[in-house]
Amino acid sequence: MKLARLIEFLRDHLKVVVRVCLVALALLVLLDALPAVVDKEHAHTWVEHVPGFWALFGFVGCVLLFVLSKTFGHFGVTTREDYYDE
Amino acid sequence: MSDFWLHPALILIVGSLLLPVVPARLKKGYLLLIPLLTFLHTISMAKGVFGEVQFLDWTLVFGRVDKLSAVFGYIMSLMCVIGTLYGMHVKEDAQHAAAWLYVSGSLGAIFAGDFLTLFVFWELMAFSSVFLIWFRRQPESLAAGYRYLLVHVVGGISLLAGIVLHCKATGSWAFTSLDVHHPSFAAYLILIGFILNAAVPPLHAWLPDAYPAGTFNGSVFLSAFTTKTAVYALCRGFAGMELLVVLGVVMSLYGVVYAVIENDMRRLFAYHIVSQVGYMVTGVGLGTELAINGACAHAFAHILYKGLLFMGGGAVLHMTGQTRFTELGGLYKKMPWTFLFTLVGGLSISAFPLLSGFVSKSMIVQAGFDHHVLWAAFLLNLASIGTFYCNGLKAPYLVWFGKSHCKPETWERAAEPPWNMLAAMGFTSFMCVFIGCYTPFLYNMLPYAVDYHPYTSYHVSESLQILLFTALAFFVLVKVGKLHPHAGLNIDLDWFYRMGGRAFLWAAKKPIQLTDSFVGELYRLAGLIPLMFSARASGRFDNRVIDGAVDGLAETVRGIGSRLRFVQRGQMQENLAFAFAVTAVLIVIFIFAYNTFAQ
Repeated sequence: MKLARLIEFLRDHLKVVVRVCLVALALLVLLDALPAVVDKEHAHTWVEHVPGFWALFGFVGCVLLFVLSKTFGHFGVTTREDYYDE
Repeated sequence: MSDFWLHPALILIVGSLLLPVVPARLKKGYLLLIPLLTFLHTISMAKGVFGEVQFLDWTLVFGRVDKLSAVFGYIMSLMCVIGTLYGMHVKEDAQHAAAWLYVSGSLGAIFAGDFLTLFVFWELMAFSSVFLIWFRRQPESLAAGYRYLLVHVVGGISLLAGIVLHCKATGSWAFTSLDVHHPSFAAYLILIGFILNAAVPPLHAWLPDAYPAGTFNGSVFLSAFTTKTAVYALCRGFAGMELLVVLGVVMSLYGVVYAVIENDMRRLFAYHIVSQVGYMVTGVGLGTELAINGACAHAFAHILYKGLLFMGGGAVLHMTGQTRFTELGGLYKKMPWTFLFTLVGGLSISAFPLLSGFVSKSMIVQAGFDHHVLWAAFLLNLASIGTFYCNGLKAPYLVWFGKSHCKPETWERAAEPPWNMLAAMGFTSFMCVFIGCYTPFLYNMLPYAVDYHPYTSYHVSESLQILLFTALAFFVLVKVGKLHPHAGLNIDLDWFYRMGGRAFLWAAKKPIQLTDSFVGELYRLAGLIPLMFSARASGRFDNRVIDGAVDGLAETVRGIGSRLRFVQRGQMQENLAFAFAVTAVLIVIFIFAYNTFAQ
């Protein structure tokens, strides 16, 4: 099973993988700030012109959705598994 | 108009009827042949109006083939091929037959040109698909199936009532665009029928209730047909209805919130059907050419990647017997290919560049921005964060990585699924990549000419930033130990009819039964006791007075009878002659008497 071995390999070198990913993230925001690379002519609102706006939107949005959903669950929406059993 | 037009649904219907008589050794070939024939026939159909049938005073149109119905017909029949391949090793013919009838219902509704035909096929979908749930043969599947059917029957009644009122008002049964700016009462009833099938909150709870209860392969079919046929119907009838923008955005976020807190893999995917159909409903509500194109394109892409996700979830269920995150984990060693294919589905639904969701979802968001409905566009982008979080990160992580919660027997059982399931997943993965990379394939099929380019530097940068920083947030959450699966059930709006049903049962058991016994007691005291008394009294009267009289009378009759016995000898002719004679005598007496008294 070659695919499983590839996954094992990546897991064994997790630190390198994480570092590469972080560099990629930084590069992404950097490129977003360069008008020569990312042409924002068709952006619809002024906030979109802020470099890395969507990166912030993604990160904050994810944390927000997680926290809000969990809070929603704690208001009695999440209950025991046999709730509907007689 | 050609004289002979073969409805693609007919191939599936006849195919499913013949299924039991096909010899076992030819079965697998047959199972592939019929959906393939249906698919090839569907994509080779000429555009036009076919299959017009005069029935009583109505003109039924079975085959309206235009660009809108053709794109939906294409993907529905393709999904039938994929779904059948996926479940090909299932021995029970009835399961395949139910799935094919379900698809034929969907194809029939899509190509229907009038409301009556639409309705008949619409109901065929509901009544055949419920078997895909029941065939799981678990107690909860039986109950979920009944709830599914009941909800759809209610939706069907609303649809039928709307259709009848609409046709009475307009005098036409033709299924065309309704007046969305001044909708009539009838239009609202039809809309309720449609959005119930599209799982628009608050009419959505049947979907996450029923789909995770289906068989491993039945849910693959379920994930594709009902909601997307409803999207087709909305595109046809309600394009541009502003209410749908609000409903669509609400449902796209509603599904996400529930998916975030969900513990069952297939229910998580089911909530993301609600979320993704929200994009399509928003597209229909915006109603511009780009938005309708987007809704159709997204339905097309969605059927594939959602089918792929349900195939991944079905494979895990089929091979381990589990779908809850609290019972799974660390399975990449056992099912790496299932992981990879499910991940492709998860990345496609998240609209990663080079995958199908990227080229379809963005059309709707773009249409929102173009239409200056900025709030909708931003909220849809927020929903796509949740989409990636759940389908691309949470589900794969908790099933294939993370801490293993597998019981020893689950771990022992876990393995890659049979070749046909892997082949179906592999092919669908290929389609997701193909659609994402070669845009003309999908764009040329859409109802309107497409002047949209998804691969601009800004759009790619925007998408990658949103998605990759969502991933960053996810791994931060993992790192700080926030991402443990929790066993639990999330109460949704099905609570009302589940508890309503229970309240009805309680009412039947308690107050109604109590009233019944009270009335019974009252009846006993006020009715039965006096009745018994009077019965006894009349019994005595009967014994002494009536019996005496009757006995005397009987004695007399017997005496006469024994004399008459000699006259009666059992000869038919004699009896008839005697009867006629007596009648004649009576008539003569009557006439004489009449004459005498009349004078």
